[in-house]
Amino acid sequence: MQFMLLFSRQGKLRLQKWYVPLSDKEKKKITRELVQTVLARKPKMCSFLEWRDLKVVYKRYASLYFCCAIEDQDNELITLEIIHRYVELLDKYFGSVCELDIIFNFEKAYFILDEFLLGGEAQETSKKNVLKAIEQADLLQETKEQKVKLSILH
Amino acid sequence: MSPSVPLQEMIRAIRSARTQCEERGVIQRECAAIRAQFRQADNGGRSHNLAKLLYVHMLGYPAHFGQMECVRMIASPRYSEKRVGYLGAMMLLDEKQDASLLITNSIKNDLSHSNQYVQSLALCTLACMGSAEMCRDLAPEIDRLLRASNSYIKKKAALCAVHIVRKVHDLGELFAPAARSLLAEKNHGVLHGAVVLIIELCERNPETLERFRKVLPDLVQIMKGLVLSGYSPEHDVAGISDPFLQVRILRLLRILGHNNEGASDAMNDLLAQVATNTDSTKTVGNAVLYETVLTVLDIKSESGLRVLAVNILGRFLLNNDRNIRYIAMTSLQKIVGTDHNAVQRHRGTIVDCLKDQDASVKRRALELSLALVSASNVRSMMKELLLFLSSCPAELKAHAASGIFNAAERYAPSQRWHIDTILHVLTTAGGDVRDETVPNLIQLITNASELHCYTVHKLYRALLTDISQVSVSNQSEIRFVTEDDVLDALETVLQSHMSGPLTACLSLHHFTTASRIRSIVSIYGSCIDVELQQRAVEYNALFKKYDHMRYATAR
Repeated sequence: MQFMLLFSRQGKLRLQKWYVPLSDKEKKKITRELVQTVLARKPKMCSFLEWRDLKVVYKRYASLYFCCAIEDQDNELITLEIIHRYVELLDKYFGSVCELDIIFNFEKAYFILDEFLLGGEAQETSKKNVLKAIEQADLLQETKEQKVKLSILH
Repeated sequence: MSPSVPLQEMIRAIRSARTQCEERGVIQRECAAIRAQFRQADNGGRSHNLAKLLYVHMLGYPAHFGQMECVRMIASPRYSEKRVGYLGAMMLLDEKQDASLLITNSIKNDLSHSNQYVQSLALCTLACMGSAEMCRDLAPEIDRLLRASNSYIKKKAALCAVHIVRKVHDLGELFAPAARSLLAEKNHGVLHGAVVLIIELCERNPETLERFRKVLPDLVQIMKGLVLSGYSPEHDVAGISDPFLQVRILRLLRILGHNNEGASDAMNDLLAQVATNTDSTKTVGNAVLYETVLTVLDIKSESGLRVLAVNILGRFLLNNDRNIRYIAMTSLQKIVGTDHNAVQRHRGTIVDCLKDQDASVKRRALELSLALVSASNVRSMMKELLLFLSSCPAELKAHAASGIFNAAERYAPSQRWHIDTILHVLTTAGGDVRDETVPNLIQLITNASELHCYTVHKLYRALLTDISQVSVSNQSEIRFVTEDDVLDALETVLQSHMSGPLTACLSLHHFTTASRIRSIVSIYGSCIDVELQQRAVEYNALFKKYDHMRYATAR
C-alpha cells in the first residue's frame, strides 16, 4: 500500500498514513485531488478506480470514506477486506465507532492502524491479537503516566 | 501566554469556530502556546502538546517547528512520550528531512529495548519512513530480531526487512536465510510477514527465486492446512480461514511457478482444490478466488486448470457485485491475446457490461469488446459498439471511435459496410474523432471509387439532418445531387458554426466550381476561430499549389 486516507463527506481529512516518501506539498496536492475525485463518484459505482498511475480502492462507512492507493500487482478485493478489518478494529476499540471518535481520538486511530499495518502491509491477521496488543500498550501508557504524575507531586 | 488546554478541548474549540478566519485565530493562539511549552523544561504535558500540534498539522497548517520536539520525545524514557514522538516523526519527518537522521540512534536503542511495545514503535517507524541510510545502518539489528525474538516482534521485523529491501536492494541477501526459517513458524502474523518478505526477495533476485523454489512443498502444505482445516475462530473471515495469508501464499506461488514447469506441476492440484472449494458467495471468498485465477493464468498450468480459471472469471462477470465484474474484465483483458477462444465464450456477457452505469466498468467492457471483434462476429459486434458510441460518456467517445475505425478496417466484410460504419461514427461522434484518423478516412473513401456517389449521397443527407461536425469529402462524380446543393449545405454548416469549433475537412477533387469553394474558404481565412482559420489558409495554399494537378488526380 502506498497510502491510506480517511475523509468526511465534506472533504475534511481525518487520518492520513503515507508509506512512500513525498513532500508535504505533494501530499497536499494528491490529497486534494483524490478526495475531489472520490467524492464526485456516485453511490452505486465501482469501489476501484485508476487515478494517475495508481490503483485506488475506497469504501464509505457512514460519514467516512476509507481510501487506499495500492500497487499495480495488489489484489483489490483483499484491500477491501483490509479496509473492512480496520473498521472492525476501530469499532471494537471505541465501541460502535463514529466519525467523532476518530476526530477526538485521532492519535488512537493511528495507534490501532500501526498495530494492524506495518510499512503498508498487514502485520497481524487475527483481530483478537491486534486488540490485545493495543490494550497492553494503552495500559503501559497509563502506568507510566501515573508514575509521572506521582513524581510531580514531590 | 495562554495556558495550554488538553487536546480534546482544543479540538472542540477549533471545531466551534464559525469561519475560516476564526479557526485560523484559534490555531495561531494554540500554536504559540505549544511553541512556548516546547521551550520550557519538562512539565509532564509534553505528549499532549505534541498531539495538539499533530492535529493542527492534519488540518493543513504548518507544523515543522515540532520536528525537534519529536526527536526529543522519542528519546524520552516515558512510553507515552515515545508513542506520540514516534507518531509525530512518522507524520512530520520524512526521509528527505535532515532531522530524520537524528532519530536513527534512538531507533537503534529502542530496537533492543526490554519492553516489546517500545521495540514495536521503533520497528513501525523504521518500516514507515526509514531512509536508505537508516536502513543500511539498522539492517543487522533487524536480522537479529528475525531470528531471536518472540512472535510479536518477529512479524514486525519481517515487514521491516521488506521495507529495507525495497530501499536497499542488495540487503536482500542478508535476510534470505532468516526468511526461510520463519516459514516453519505457526504464528499466522509471522507466516504472513515471512511470505511478504520472500515475495520481495524473489522479485528482486532471480537466484534467490531459484533457491526459494525448494520451499514450495512447505508452502503447499501451509495452504492446504488453511483451505481444508475446520473452523478456526481466530482467523476466520466469513468461512475462509485467514484469507490474507491465503492471498499472499497464492501470490508467492505465482512468482515461483512463473515460467517453470516443475514448480507449476507441483502446485497444480492445490490450485484446483482452492478454485473448487472456496466459497464464492462473499467478497472475501472471491478475493481468494481472484488471486487463484491470477496465479493459474500466470504459471505453466495445464489446460484443464486454465479453463477452470477462465470459467471463474466468466462467473464473476455475472456477479451482482459491480466490483467483481470490474476485476473479472481486467483479468480477461490480460489474457485476451493468449486465451482468445476461452474469452470469446463470454463475449455476450462482456457486451452486456457496455450498458453498465459505472464509467470504469464501461471502459473495461469497451477495451475487451474491441479486442474480441473478429471476422466472424464483426457485424453483430459493430452493431453493439455503434449503439454504445451513441450513448457513451464523453471521455470514452474518442477511444471508442478510433477503436471502431480500427476494427472496421481490419474486418470489414464489404467496402459499403465499411463506409456506412465510418459515416455512422462521424455522424454520432464526429466531434470526438481524432484528427489523425481523418486523412485515412478520406483516402478510404477516395479509393472506393464505385461508391463515390453513394458516399456523397449519404454525406449530404447527414449534413442536412445533423449539422454538427461531419467530415466532408466531395467527389467529382455526382449524379443525384448537384455540386451546388452540396456547397449550399456546406455553407450552411460553416455559417451556423461560425463561432463554434468546427473541424471540417474539405477534400476536393477536380471540382469545376472550385472557385466557389475557394471563395467560401477564403472567408474563413480571417475567422476568429484559429483552427478554422488555419484550415482555410492551408486549403487555399493547396488550391494554388495544386490547381494544375486537379485534373491529373483522376480516380
